[in-house]
Amino acid sequence: MIYLELFYTFFIIGLFGFGGGYGMLSLIQTETVINHHWLSSAEFTNIVAISQMTPGPIGINSATYCGYTTVHNAGYSGAMAVLGSATATFALVLPSLILMLLISKLFLKYMNTPVVQSIFGGLRPVVVGLLAAATLLLCNAENFSSPDVNMWQFCISIFLFVATFIGTMWLKINPIRMICYAAVAGLVLLY
Amino acid sequence: MIDKDKDSYSGNNSKSALNNDLAIYWESFKVFFKIGAFTLGGGYAMIPIIESEVVDKKQWIPKDQFLDLIAVAQSCPGVFAVNISIFLGYKLRKVKGALCTCLGAVLPSFLTILAIALFFHQFMEIGWVAAMFRGIRPAVVALIAVPTFNLAKSAKINLANCWIPIITALLIAVLGVNPIYILLAAGIGGFAYGKYLKPTEEL
Repeated sequence: MIYLELFYTFFIIGLFGFGGGYGMLSLIQTETVINHHWLSSAEFTNIVAISQMTPGPIGINSATYCGYTTVHNAGYSGAMAVLGSATATFALVLPSLILMLLISKLFLKYMNTPVVQSIFGGLRPVVVGLLAAATLLLCNAENFSSPDVNMWQFCISIFLFVATFIGTMWLKINPIRMICYAAVAGLVLLY
Repeated sequence: MIDKDKDSYSGNNSKSALNNDLAIYWESFKVFFKIGAFTLGGGYAMIPIIESEVVDKKQWIPKDQFLDLIAVAQSCPGVFAVNISIFLGYKLRKVKGALCTCLGAVLPSFLTILAIALFFHQFMEIGWVAAMFRGIRPAVVALIAVPTFNLAKSAKINLANCWIPIITALLIAVLGVNPIYILLAAGIGGFAYGKYLKPTEEL
């Protein structure tokens, strides 16, 4: 039953999605690509690209998209896939809804206590590691090609990776603009 | 529990109060729909936009309370914009209000992505679209690498504690450990540190 599995997986992702959209992306990646093999690594990267370029929070965008693609890849029709994206999105938001309501109703006064703050303090450095792991796992032949398969594409990929890193990290170029540049480069150099 | 809460707002049941109630549901839905529909990139870029809508324009919440809610919404799991929408919806009209604002925050993303997903599979078969994505994919990997370093800065990672993210990354990427177990361990570790170690350090 793919919907139940989708629901359970994205509920857990929503429950443990600390550190904003990108922290969530690393959980989505390990669950959907590595643990369940619902998506290929290249499909996941495509989804992240589209989620980044469309308005709205990247966590919601990618959950909606992953839900759709998972059901579609399992061989179902369009309407069933729409149900898949609704399932994943709802499951991702549900833990937030439950937690935030509980906090609003009962626990808002406890959020600033040393105990709660030290739990959050323990999580923060680990979320950095989660993001680093997501980056490492995405550095593969599906996203970069490889020297023995296609040397030209591999070199262009490395160049685009480095250029985008420098562009967004130090030159503060808008990420969406960087994606557009990379798309043009792909069109001209890799077509 | 919901009824009791609602009574305090629309207890007199007059027609104008009812209209007023519907209006606030609709208004709050609209505000978060707008925020969801027009903010690219999401996350922290949304804070000033949310603030100008709910603190300055609509005056649903005073600024100091808004900043408190932001701090809580950021440290809690889940999508930041959704968390903050639930807080504000609850503040306005309890559980029903929270459902309303949450739906408003999620719906634009959901509908946009759905429209794209329905057609994207056909597009990917076109040669030049596939070529564009061959260029985009390495760039996206870099876009995930950059926040790693930015987050490391804001989490105050230094030489003394950099082993935590490094070990975490290696456990996940090399040994295939599920990140959820590491998050659980980190939460427990943070709790134990705050309860047992930190008091002794301060002595």
